[in-house]
Amino acid sequence: MDEERTDTILEVNDVVMAFGGLTALINLNFQVRRGVIKAVIGPNGAGKTTLFNVITGTFPPTEGAIFFKGQSIEHLKAHEIARLGISRTFQTVELFTNMTVLENVMVGCHMRTKSSFIASGLRLSTVRRKEEHMREKAIGILKFIGLADKCNESADSLPLGERKVLEIGRALATEPTFVCLDEPAAGLNETETLAASNLIRRIKDQGVTVLLVEHDMRVVMDISDDIMVLNYGEKIAEGPPVEIQNNPRVIEAYLGGGEEYDA
Amino acid sequence: MLQIRKLPLIVFALLIVVFPWIARGVPAIANYPDLMVFAGIYCLITIGLSLLMGYAGQISLGQAAFFGIGAYVSAILTAKYGMNPWICMAIGMVAASIVAVLVGVPSLKLRGHYLAMATLAFGIIVFIIFNEEGEWTGGPDGLIGIPGLNLFGFQFNSVEKYYYLVWFFVFAVFLFTINIIQSRDGRALRAIHVSEAASSATGVNVSRYKIVVFVYSAILASLAGSLYAHYLNFINPSTFDLFFSIKLLIMIALGGMHDIWGAIIGAFLITFLSFEWLHFFEEFEIIVYGLILLVVTIFLPQGLAGIPHMIKNWLRR
Ligand SMILES: Nc1ncnc2c1ncn2[C@@H]1O[C@H](COP(=O)(O)OP(=O)(O)OP(=O)(O)O)[C@@H](O)[C@H]1O
Ligand SMILES: [Mg+2]
Repeated sequence: MDEERTDTILEVNDVVMAFGGLTALINLNFQVRRGVIKAVIGPNGAGKTTLFNVITGTFPPTEGAIFFKGQSIEHLKAHEIARLGISRTFQTVELFTNMTVLENVMVGCHMRTKSSFIASGLRLSTVRRKEEHMREKAIGILKFIGLADKCNESADSLPLGERKVLEIGRALATEPTFVCLDEPAAGLNETETLAASNLIRRIKDQGVTVLLVEHDMRVVMDISDDIMVLNYGEKIAEGPPVEIQNNPRVIEAYLGGGEEYDA
Repeated sequence: MLQIRKLPLIVFALLIVVFPWIARGVPAIANYPDLMVFAGIYCLITIGLSLLMGYAGQISLGQAAFFGIGAYVSAILTAKYGMNPWICMAIGMVAASIVAVLVGVPSLKLRGHYLAMATLAFGIIVFIIFNEEGEWTGGPDGLIGIPGLNLFGFQFNSVEKYYYLVWFFVFAVFLFTINIIQSRDGRALRAIHVSEAASSATGVNVSRYKIVVFVYSAILASLAGSLYAHYLNFINPSTFDLFFSIKLLIMIALGGMHDIWGAIIGAFLITFLSFEWLHFFEEFEIIVYGLILLVVTIFLPQGLAGIPHMIKNWLRR
């Protein structure tokens, strides 16, 4: 038991998220073990993105607690949570379209670098050195995700597949220990999907824990260590891929068989 | 990569330095150095406004108020209390930043139209205070007897001397702002412009940056106000009305908001238009400004500074 506790990086306790009359998350409880890829699956509108928003501080949960490395984070602001080491991507890619590929990743390096507004304005030598350091770090990340040759292109000009990858790169630049990826393979072709799976595995190999929302079941079954299934804001199943694949409740939820379930 | 090139900056600095000599030799433009003093003063405001609006994407319709705060703090403390103008200038900037924090903390939570309305209301309130607090501000008649500036016994008592003083400030501020834009702070501001959600998820303290850039723009406007008061030696509230805030917006829209050079170009053009080239329009002047804004937003959304970029894109096609 003690062993398991220290092994948990994220713990979600009785989380409720209500938007007016609609309850998007209902008494949700789960844990994520350090160093795994945990997938969250479920039909459209199940509450997956809402869960990410609650974990990363886009808005606080209506009720419940979230612990990251033992610290309660549900009341923190998004940038404070990012500072603790949780990073994310967005279902609808949210790149900084007014910047180059490199600059996007450099914004990711922002918070791990300190400099005052005045020091920046005077361009002190320390500022110049940090800028150089950020650039090198960003280039390293671009190499890791395979976009180094697109460095100076506008982020806006990339095809969707590369935009998604770039967003992952920006998230990695914050030096996270935990990343939430919201449908990284949506809209990608076969090759791109394979590359994305590979990238996520390599992120895990770096010791980063991954929480993955994804509709592409091949990706999910292929790379996850653990899967949680949401339906209408409730957890209906949780376990290793083989178990989930054969779980009748999961199959029903995915077939949209509400009637069958009632019968 | 956002790189602001050095060569145009050097050329521009040289032009500014030699311009008064040229003007001396050409009677037709003999009064231009005087106009350039005003253009420089407006540049100080538009540089801050460009960082706030063009880069960080936050609108302010209340910049005239900060301009006025600088002018009135300097005017009241020097003309009524005989304090050292440089110290008053600093006090003005501190006062403007305090007001900016008080106004900014609640308003910058708002977005788009709401932020515009909040800053608009702020500008109107300050304008009313300038008019009504007659005991301090002299009411609608304004304040006279504001002393000129001197430094270690050197009097800035001619147009040319004041021209160099103002443009010294403009260049200092311009360089400082260019450095900001090319730093991590500049990237954070541009990031906020596009997506607050992505910025904060990436660890950028969005509300802090919004306040910082708002305060910075307020400080620059206040500095401009102090320089204005000491140049004219008198001020009255009408300078700091809503129309002036809008004129500032027209300056950066015309020059181009997404490029810091736009702030300079816009301030120049509008200054010369309003003081020199639009005289014969008289009260119809405001219509001309409306037309400028209309034409710019429809045909030149990137402003004049965006024209090279537009041409480049055209050629690529
Ligand atoms: N900010 C919000 N305000 C109001 N309702 C919301 C908000 N965000 C999500 N919802 C609602 O909460 C429910 C869950 O939405 P969510 O986006 O979390 O689903 P999802 O599982 O990510 O679905 P998808 O697979 O389509 O991305 C939906 O009914 C949605 O309309
Ligand atoms: Mg979703």
